Amino acid sequence: MEPKRREFLIKTVQGAAVAACGGLVWAHLLRQEAAASVLALRPPGALAERDFAAACIKCGQCAQACPYDTLRMARAEDDTPIGTPYFVPRDIPCYMCADIPCIPACPTGALDPQLKDISKARMGLAVIDAESCLSWQGLRCEVCYRVCPVKGTAITIQNHPRQTSKHALFVPIVHSQACTGCGMCEEACPTEVAAIRVLNPKLVQGKIGSHYRLGWKSETPITQEFKPQESPPAAVSEPAAPKSAPGMDTLNQGLDP
Amino acid sequence: MSSVMEPGGEAPAARKAVRLYTPPATLAGKLWGWRYLVLRRTVQIGVLLMFFGTLHWGWQIAGTPLLRGNLSASEFVGVIPMADPFAVLQQLVSGHMLQTTVLLGAAILLVFYVVAGRVFCGWVCPMNMVTDLAGWLRSKLKLNDLFRLSRSTRYWILGMALVLSAVLGVAAFEWVSPISMLHRELIYGVGMGLTAAVGIFVFDLLILKHGWCGHLCPLGAFYGLLGKRALLRVRFDERSCTHCGECARVCPEPQVLNLKQAAEHGMVTAGACTNCARCIPICPENSLDFALRWNAQPAADLRTRTQP
Repeated sequence: MEPKRREFLIKTVQGAAVAACGGLVWAHLLRQEAAASVLALRPPGALAERDFAAACIKCGQCAQACPYDTLRMARAEDDTPIGTPYFVPRDIPCYMCADIPCIPACPTGALDPQLKDISKARMGLAVIDAESCLSWQGLRCEVCYRVCPVKGTAITIQNHPRQTSKHALFVPIVHSQACTGCGMCEEACPTEVAAIRVLNPKLVQGKIGSHYRLGWKSETPITQEFKPQESPPAAVSEPAAPKSAPGMDTLNQGLDP
Repeated sequence: MSSVMEPGGEAPAARKAVRLYTPPATLAGKLWGWRYLVLRRTVQIGVLLMFFGTLHWGWQIAGTPLLRGNLSASEFVGVIPMADPFAVLQQLVSGHMLQTTVLLGAAILLVFYVVAGRVFCGWVCPMNMVTDLAGWLRSKLKLNDLFRLSRSTRYWILGMALVLSAVLGVAAFEWVSPISMLHRELIYGVGMGLTAAVGIFVFDLLILKHGWCGHLCPLGAFYGLLGKRALLRVRFDERSCTHCGECARVCPEPQVLNLKQAAEHGMVTAGACTNCARCIPICPENSLDFALRWNAQPAADLRTRTQP
């Protein structure tokens, strides 16, 4: 092979090798950063994590628009992709402003401008640790229930028998279809480390699976096999109704003079 | 730098005696010599202060925040959106359609930098103050480069940033950009992101002269490509130049001061020129100054001479 051509080919391969090595390290860094996303609580209206990661330009205008300084911009050492907005509800929760000022501040649409009703926001899901929850120990705490801005829907108090005691437990129950993940409950929880915490629903929420049929629930659709037959079986002649209520004759025995 | 010293084929008799730069003795003279440096630092710190003041001291104009956001995306007095066109390009390449606000903001800055050239690097970027300090200290300590690296490395990194953005679905450079980290943490609270700036300082000081801005930074490379046809240019008057080489000595991108080429066009044409104007006050013959592209005329006598 011509020496010049050989040199050119070798240089090309070497260049490609350097680019590949650099690219792999770079890609690894990015993947690691992206993996941290699942721990972060995002502002209201944040797109699903992959779309949010692609759309957020990390300018911090949402954080500046927040009147409560709830939103922070992740620094390099935080467990959140660098530069993205997040909040720590135990420090400052989202106070669910009715006009949601953080959303119009976002220039990229990483916070969805379609969200107009803050109670439809899904920033996270509150989860209760029954082992440290005061209500679950039998105290009438219920602070989370009282501070919840969607009180009575996102958190309800249910009574719960306490083994042999005649006193019941009054325990808070979170309902995922209404919880916005604002974190006011987590901020207010009086235990040393909050017994109710807001987390990414992905980390805590299960899924029943579509093949289960909860027949005792009216909203469960009835499949073909369980539908009652179209034409009822031939009418069975009903037994004639007794003239008087059953047992009346025996109960009244001996009363007749 | 060697290209600067090339005689360019002119008759030696046509050259004036070489006179090197002598620093002015008076304070006023010195200040005049530093006029562009002072202006650049004022703009750099001013931009930083506007962001910082709006967030921390509530700076407003007519009840509207003065400059909200950061260098990635911002809003000036609530009406003019601005956005880093390179960051937006990466986001678009990653396959996500963005809202018009940020697209408009990117377009505004795109037009600005197409007209003004690669001025972001020397006039706005906060990392420039870090690398300038490293460069100044390096010249005082007379340190040598640890290795050589092609100045076109940055264009490869730029290409890879776009490829990785497309593959991974996130803005690949924006996510790890030490510039964004430095600027964001200066505004929103200092953290470990500043170690990136320290790393670049050490790299520029001990390892490679103008290592980050001149060899690696894909953002600078991007603005360099945008600024190829910039209207604002450093004009070069070939007739008064003695080829003393003082300009190339202070230039952070000395390859752009190819005086033969500059004489042909009457200006510095390379997009990599940051319009930082270090070369202008240092020139002992005042052969360099700022001008608009159409005001730069190739020297008439030169044109006849360079014809084959």
